[in-house]
Amino acid sequence: MLDASRPSEPLVSLSGAGIFRNGRWLVRGVDLSIRPGEIVTLIGPNGSGKSTTARMATGILKPDAGSVEQRTALRVGYVPQRLAIDRSLPLSVGRLMRLTGPTQRDRIVTSLTAAGVAHLENAQVHDLSGGEFQRVLLARAIAQEPDLLVLDEPVQGVDFNGEVAMYELIGAIRDRVGCGVLLISHDLHVVMAATDTVICLNGHVCCSGTPENVAASEEYRSLFGARAAEAVAFYRHQHDHTHLPDGRVKHADGSITEHCHPEDGRHDHDHGHDHATTRERAGGSGHA
Amino acid sequence: MLDDFFTRALLAGIGVAAVAGPLGCFIVWRRMAYFGDTMSHSALLGVAVSLLLSLNIVIGVFAVAALVSVALVVLQRRRALSSDSLLGILSHSTLALGLVMVAAMSWVRIDLMGLLFGDILAVSKLDLVVVYGGGVLVLGALIYLWRPLLAGTVSEEVAEAEGLSPQVSQFAFMLLMAAVIAIAMRIVGVLLITSLLIIPAATARRFAATPEQMAVIAGGVGILAAVGGLFGSLNYDTPSGPSIVVAALVIFLISLAPFGSRALKGGQKT
Repeated sequence: MLDASRPSEPLVSLSGAGIFRNGRWLVRGVDLSIRPGEIVTLIGPNGSGKSTTARMATGILKPDAGSVEQRTALRVGYVPQRLAIDRSLPLSVGRLMRLTGPTQRDRIVTSLTAAGVAHLENAQVHDLSGGEFQRVLLARAIAQEPDLLVLDEPVQGVDFNGEVAMYELIGAIRDRVGCGVLLISHDLHVVMAATDTVICLNGHVCCSGTPENVAASEEYRSLFGARAAEAVAFYRHQHDHTHLPDGRVKHADGSITEHCHPEDGRHDHDHGHDHATTRERAGGSGHA
Repeated sequence: MLDDFFTRALLAGIGVAAVAGPLGCFIVWRRMAYFGDTMSHSALLGVAVSLLLSLNIVIGVFAVAALVSVALVVLQRRRALSSDSLLGILSHSTLALGLVMVAAMSWVRIDLMGLLFGDILAVSKLDLVVVYGGGVLVLGALIYLWRPLLAGTVSEEVAEAEGLSPQVSQFAFMLLMAAVIAIAMRIVGVLLITSLLIIPAATARRFAATPEQMAVIAGGVGILAAVGGLFGSLNYDTPSGPSIVVAALVIFLISLAPFGSRALKGGQKT
């Protein structure tokens, strides 16, 4: 069953990997692997080792325990959590796109267009807003046609609608390029829809699996407290019914109705539908 | 033509400035001004060591400046002291050590003022060979290192993640700085080398839209300052180093003038 490209071979795999700094483990015992076309999301509170884990996957940090194996000649596209460019450095967006390797002009335009910022090609990076800069950084990372895209909180400084658009964009890029994606987020319910595997970190791997399993797990609830419940409720709402092609709604209990009403007793959450609709747009389920 | 001391000084000044401008851009971008200052102050220690061991002065200065830069990086990694304290300690102690050693070697006669502030009379034909030979090597290496160095300046993490080696190129960059200090010392003097690296680059910033433009403009501004300063030095019998720095300052101030700003903005709009 091995074809030439062997799509199941992991791009990068960490086994028991950990980083030890200043007398303590920042993170340890991390097992994860990312395959082409797969989106793996790291979630966890501040200081839980998300960025450290991502840095190990990119090869910036060498693990003090365990191992990190990258596929040979792996091309990584990296969007770091923070990127401050000194104002003394004149840098246009077009020049930033060619930062780490020569890039053909049409590929630059394609990437900027995909990220929705093609009009900014000649702008100076210092003149961009936070959201524009994030999109430019994403465009820069995909312009190198990476095998693995590593995104450390790519929606920082982006408002909620922009955040939804960014995640949709990341999903679309994955579909088009077929790269593996390692995504860091503190916001599980927004990234759920596009994610294949969620890994919940808190100095070690608390739980991992499909978004459904992680959202339902005790570890996840105890780590995120009240917000977890909201995410779970939202998530159940999102998947406790499906929309049939003819417009009718099939519920989790198998019954089929003409419409979907929160007060019909088939939904086991109690928050308002307007709120839920907003959230669903975030999840990209297309409920509205 | 090269028999005229002033022609030699001009050629040397132009050669040094053409290399110092582009290199200085990285010092400005990476906020390494004080780092560069510390390395160039150590040049006097390099001179003293060369005299003591009967080494070629250019090689001695290069070696000591490179050692000081390595020591700085190692000490910064340990983080026992803040960077600016470390730089302050090394900057002045290497300068003082050099002064003491040169003064203590009573058997050598040495023009201390010429070392500290530059001396256009001192430029020999051999110096010209060193300036242009070294200058071509340094510029060639800078062009070769340009991409990883620039990527590492924007983000060391991105450069590292995407397969460049920013730390290797940063180390190579410090060697290039040591080389420029060694070849520029004769013209500008130990105390003022950093200004030839920084002022042209700072002047070029306003007129550049890309890093490459800034590097080229900085080289041009440096050449202008060197030529202007050396003519001033000849006319008013002033030491060449301070004269070049004053000329660079004048160009910098002119570039700050508001008319330049309007002209620039108008040029961008049309």
